[in-house]
Amino acid sequence: MKVTIDGQSVEVEPGTTILQAARMIGGESVPPAMCYYSKLKGSGGKCRCCLVEVSKGSDADPRPMPKLVASCVTGCMDGMEVNSKNSERVTEARKSVTEFLLINHPLDCPICDQAGECDLQNLSFKHGKSETRYIEEKRTFEPEDIGPNIQLHMNRCILCQRCVQVADQLTDNRVHGVMDRGDHANISTCISKAIDNEFSGNMIDVCPVGALTDKTFRFKSRVWFNKPYNAHRDCDKCCGKVTVWMFGNEIQRVTGRKDEYHEVEEFICNSCRFDHKKVEDWVIEGPRKFEKDSVINQNNYTRDMKKVVIETEEQILLGRAQDRKKISMSEIDYNEKIDGNLINDKDNG
Amino acid sequence: MSTAIQSISLSGKKKEVSKKEMTFLERLYLIAIIKGLIITIKHLFRKKITVQYPEQVRQFSPVYRGRHMLKRDEQGRENCTACGLCALSCPAEAITMKAAERKKGEEHLYREEKYAEIYEINMLRCIFCGLCEEACPKDAIYLTISKELVPANYDREDFIFGKDKLVMPLEMAIKNAQLKNAN
Repeated sequence: MKVTIDGQSVEVEPGTTILQAARMIGGESVPPAMCYYSKLKGSGGKCRCCLVEVSKGSDADPRPMPKLVASCVTGCMDGMEVNSKNSERVTEARKSVTEFLLINHPLDCPICDQAGECDLQNLSFKHGKSETRYIEEKRTFEPEDIGPNIQLHMNRCILCQRCVQVADQLTDNRVHGVMDRGDHANISTCISKAIDNEFSGNMIDVCPVGALTDKTFRFKSRVWFNKPYNAHRDCDKCCGKVTVWMFGNEIQRVTGRKDEYHEVEEFICNSCRFDHKKVEDWVIEGPRKFEKDSVINQNNYTRDMKKVVIETEEQILLGRAQDRKKISMSEIDYNEKIDGNLINDKDNG
Repeated sequence: MSTAIQSISLSGKKKEVSKKEMTFLERLYLIAIIKGLIITIKHLFRKKITVQYPEQVRQFSPVYRGRHMLKRDEQGRENCTACGLCALSCPAEAITMKAAERKKGEEHLYREEKYAEIYEINMLRCIFCGLCEEACPKDAIYLTISKELVPANYDREDFIFGKDKLVMPLEMAIKNAQLKNAN
């Protein structure tokens, strides 16, 4: 099947969603996603950040879809034409969605441990306004303790339900979920029961905001002062492939390896994540690559700069040889002869 | 015959040096000495550009940036939450900090859940550019108008200013609050 997104065509298998097709193309036209997580079944369709405009339904039925559709749950049709970045309507809609998501968000980024790798921060940086129109009091929750390893900040939650799906699909006993309805909806363990399953720590990785954070890393350092390294160890419970976040010789945090859409490649177990913080525990493979504009790259001028090669005729960039000599005195060849005399000869002035 | 490359002046400022012999008058150097003296005497009657320092003080620029201060709010709580943006923005990498969590019963000391346990500015590195002040999201760090930047000292360690030297004194915070209430 052929799908066209922002004018770029891609061949996809039947059953692919528009978001997955856009990710196959990559670049600017990939819609942002807060709730969709490719490694979790049934995720998506909740945050409405990934809205796109379908300007042509399919080859069989070329009518455009009347409303914007959530690209993470809408399947591709043969000959479908989609506008993501190119559409004014989509940009406007994403702006509104961002504003709605931020209504009850406490905006405490200076305190939040997720700042610097937060999807909501990226979203509001790209699509958000610089000021708020919301004058009512924000919804707040009583702080709740959900165990020794995971910190829950319900105020920051955007109810994407990724963590609920992690608990459903990775752990055998789900002990937390979305409680109450509407404005009161919140993530909670029913009777403040500790979440202690071996894979429960992955909730931290999947959380797009700072609602679920690592208690062992709490306030230790900001993300951008840490250096990420790929590391692995022999673990009988999980693959053991992780990213360690180091400050000097100290491992301050262990997370899964995240790809460019901030999704972990493989889920890791709690003992890798919380209990192994010694350098001897890990085989460090090497520094991790991160995005060019990432905050981790700030104040780092040590990268090698590649020389830009412009493929054109030599003359265009350098100019004529005699002009070059006039401008730059250093290039004068004093053995050169003008009219048969040496260049610095008396007769030449 | 083509002009020699050395005599071409693209900028028009090039002066050619000649090796011609000086005349008798020039060799006396009298004219040159008188010319130099005229310049010296002219400067005697110009306005002086120095000031008599302890008695006279030069006017400060309105954007003058003096020593740093970590502000407290009107209730005397520290504004800084150790978000690290000042350290990130610092081009001289002079700022380091360590965050800690606010305990129960410390709400009157720190405004937010997190606070800077250690906050240090290396005054030997600081270039007083004010970027930390600009980056601060909590209005915590300010470059004051204090005339004394860094007092002289013998040990390098004494130039690393900790929270004891940077945080605004409590009396000042109380005075500020009273001033604000009075207005």
